[in-house]
Amino acid sequence: MANQTYFEDIEEGSEVPTLRKDPTTQQLVKYAGASGDYYQIHYDKAYALNNGLPDVILHGALKNAFLGQLMTDFIGLDGTLKKLNVQYRAMDVPGTPVFAKGVVKKKYIEKDENILECDIWLETHDGKTTTPGSAVVSLPNKP
Amino acid sequence: MSNSKSVITQSMRDAIGVESDPVINEIEKGAIVKFAQAIGDTNPIYNNEEIARNTKYGGLIAPPTFLRSMKVGAPKAEFKNPYTANVDGGSEWEYFEPIRPGDLISVTTYIADIHERNGRLGNMLITVRETKYTNQFDKIVALQRTTGIAYDPPSK
Repeated sequence: MANQTYFEDIEEGSEVPTLRKDPTTQQLVKYAGASGDYYQIHYDKAYALNNGLPDVILHGALKNAFLGQLMTDFIGLDGTLKKLNVQYRAMDVPGTPVFAKGVVKKKYIEKDENILECDIWLETHDGKTTTPGSAVVSLPNKP
Repeated sequence: MSNSKSVITQSMRDAIGVESDPVINEIEKGAIVKFAQAIGDTNPIYNNEEIARNTKYGGLIAPPTFLRSMKVGAPKAEFKNPYTANVDGGSEWEYFEPIRPGDLISVTTYIADIHERNGRLGNMLITVRETKYTNQFDKIVALQRTTGIAYDPPSK
């Protein structure tokens, strides 16, 4: 965990610190168990190929979790995640790293809350965005 | 729609808006810890009681997407999906309350929309679903809007 981020530290255009993840087939099995999503396209390669997929693929919800962690790491224990939106536009396969990234698009105060609206996305190692999304968070003021 | 033959049936249209019976999920601490491990998130708020106690939450909470592990009731309005393969299209979450060990989370869901689109996987049947998570204090914990994509798998 990084140190607490404060509202005063952030400007529109500020980058959310990148989160690297290295999903493996083992992680997909662990995620299947923890989430209860046992759809075979996530761990049975023959099944995935028969469904027209290139390989076993990451659970969309696991990518959602990576982007959730991107934001909760960014806002620290005193920040609040209010909205998290993700679209699974392309598939990701295990065995190569993915990078969760984000940028602050809007910064404002609403109903006494310090709000940031961010664009977020998951990128492959060769820079292709597979999972665009957005998030709304609130941050504390500097003490 | 350029596709002349729609796969959308009356029973699909009838299923829109029909809410499932609520299912109560008891939140176990071990399940939260296991979920955080599975997604590879080492944030102490999910697994370190001592640190969590000194935060604004006053104790352990669940990761934002933990609600994906909740059990949901079977749809009350059944329809036959002509396509057997499915992929997840996306999720929109709105969070209101933290989820804590011991919470009793009631889950209801309904189909908000069904439509078709042609894409990479051929003709796709798109189902938009809205799910509501409510805790034992009758407070809405989170709202979720998900997009499910069904398609015809290529012949083997």
